[in-house]
Amino acid sequence: MSAPIDGPGIRFDKIDKRYGGLYALRRVSLEIANGECVVLAGRNGSGKTTLLRIAARLVRPTSGTVTFSGEVGSDASRPAPVGFVAHATMVYDELSAEENLLLFGRLLAVRSIAARVAEMLSGLGIYERRGSLVRTFSRGMRQRVAIARALLHQPSVLLLDEPATGLDSVSVAWLARTLKQLRDSGCTMLMSLHGESEISALATRAIRLDAGAIAADSAAGASLRSILSFNATP
Amino acid sequence: MTQDAIAGALVLLLLGADAYASFFVAPTEATMGPIQRIFYLHVGSAWTGLTCFLICFIANLLYVFRRRPRWDWLGVASAEVGLAFTTVVLVTGPIWAHPVWGIWWTWDARLTSTFVLWLLYVSYLLLRTLIEEPDRRALFSALFGIFAFLDVPLVFGAIRWWRTQHPQPVIMGGPGSGLQPTMRWVLLFSWVALLGLMTLLLRHRYRLEAMRGELQMIEREVEGA
Amino acid sequence: MSLISNATVLFGKELRTEFRSRELLTTTVVFVLMVVVLFSFTFDPSSTESRRFAPGLLWLAFLFAASLMLQPCFLREQTNDTLSALRLSVSDPFAIFLAKLAANTLFLLITELLMLPVFSILFNIPVGSVVGSLVLVFFLGSLGISVTGTALSAISAQARMRELLLPILLLPLLTPVLIASTEATAALLDPAPAFRRDWIGFLAVFDIVFLTALWLFGEYLLEE
Repeated sequence: MSAPIDGPGIRFDKIDKRYGGLYALRRVSLEIANGECVVLAGRNGSGKTTLLRIAARLVRPTSGTVTFSGEVGSDASRPAPVGFVAHATMVYDELSAEENLLLFGRLLAVRSIAARVAEMLSGLGIYERRGSLVRTFSRGMRQRVAIARALLHQPSVLLLDEPATGLDSVSVAWLARTLKQLRDSGCTMLMSLHGESEISALATRAIRLDAGAIAADSAAGASLRSILSFNATP
Repeated sequence: MTQDAIAGALVLLLLGADAYASFFVAPTEATMGPIQRIFYLHVGSAWTGLTCFLICFIANLLYVFRRRPRWDWLGVASAEVGLAFTTVVLVTGPIWAHPVWGIWWTWDARLTSTFVLWLLYVSYLLLRTLIEEPDRRALFSALFGIFAFLDVPLVFGAIRWWRTQHPQPVIMGGPGSGLQPTMRWVLLFSWVALLGLMTLLLRHRYRLEAMRGELQMIEREVEGA
Repeated sequence: MSLISNATVLFGKELRTEFRSRELLTTTVVFVLMVVVLFSFTFDPSSTESRRFAPGLLWLAFLFAASLMLQPCFLREQTNDTLSALRLSVSDPFAIFLAKLAANTLFLLITELLMLPVFSILFNIPVGSVVGSLVLVFFLGSLGISVTGTALSAISAQARMRELLLPILLLPLLTPVLIASTEATAALLDPAPAFRRDWIGFLAVFDIVFLTALWLFGEYLLEE
């Protein structure tokens, strides 16, 4: 995976999100360069999930736009060219791991789908269980299927919303390794995390959100470590 | 405040004039007698109700495409006022039918269609009570409102066709019974008077909803702080 | 990638899920059967009268069954937030609706075709000569039910009391389908069968109107 274009990977332009009178996000403007690995820190309710879901074009902002490099203008009607991992697995329990990946692969028109799916399943260590229904998997294994789903079409942008929640230490280590590989191959990453861990150590940049606005940005001089450690109490 | 009083007085005047016209100006109908005079209220309310639902439809479309809260407020106001007028239609129908036919309900095409219309907009209001988050409530009730309004001509059409194949007594006179010119004028005047009442009710209901909406926004802002 | 290929892939998924468990089909067929039997206690099913009531109660049973069968349509996409995964993967959100309404139409049609011989026996109404036309009426009626039901199930999934809400929203909306389907079916089951082009055309118009509405507004129905 290479970063083909030199320029901002994701641009948030004056993003506002209101729910009734409540501002989940207040005029958030942010530019994330290609290949950056950005960690979003902040308390619960500070707007991290909202920002990620707006980036994924799952939530419509009240005002403002999100643009990805390579797109001309912000075309909110097209799905975002991203991989998205959240707390929910976003895969079908009643289908097998292989069936799930084949389904999403076909929808995304992934080339040589069968080979790609086989490659991902073995890379994630679930090739033997590929025919079993996801419903029979442990939390850790489900998360692997979820990540496979997100990476199927080799997105150059990966969005992760607290991806380590509920994972045991073995799975967290595996996740950290996988994300490191992705980062090193040029994938732009934006993720929200709770506390410090092997995963937060991958960050090249950290941003703290507070009450829907950017409170600190390591790219603007704030200390990356202090942002991440501040995050330790959720 | 005085603007409201003047508007209210004007509408009252119109309605009073309408009542006078219905009872004294319009000639007595040959076959049905004095009870037929309720026709002016019945048909006038039906047209006014449909006008309200048209306003609701437009407000729904505007909300989906513009997302401004005022269109949601107009939507719920017009649905409620429309429902009130539709209820008048459903009540005056039997009131008329009973002295003339001796029965309360005949599943007459227009009345039946009005009943379904009534059910549709009751569902719209019911849906609104079951979604708490205001933006979500506005969007999804607007979408349902759009589907419901698109259904209205299909409902009226289907029921009328169905009734021409299984005829029943028609409550307010079928296509054959002509309207004398004076009657036509009184009917039109009735409609204008009721439209005046509709506008007044809409304004008040809209304002109430606007205040409620703004209060809710302030509440949430305070809660969030 | 295109609308049709996306819809086909998703249609395949809907079928695979259903045929693996067969829960929707089984419960729907049993429900229709029960409603028909219960309804027939309300009049004398053996008399010539039954011919007049039978088509209506058949369609009423289909309508009730559909309004229950359509509930899980979008609810089941909430379990693991698979709806978001779909929205991220398809190029046109209408593909999601197309797949679901096609699957729902198919399931309804299967239910109706299974019920037809049972119905014919219970009410002593021969259907052999008009099966082809009946299937057309069943198809157009089921399509109308599916299109509106799928759209409304996306709405009711956002609300509380959704089990009761979908029937409340759907049934008044489907009045034209009930009338048209019943009339067309009754005409076909008459001793002198008639192909009611007007009612069948009306069903087609209903289907087109709501298919268009769903196409225009589908993306908003999927919003969070």
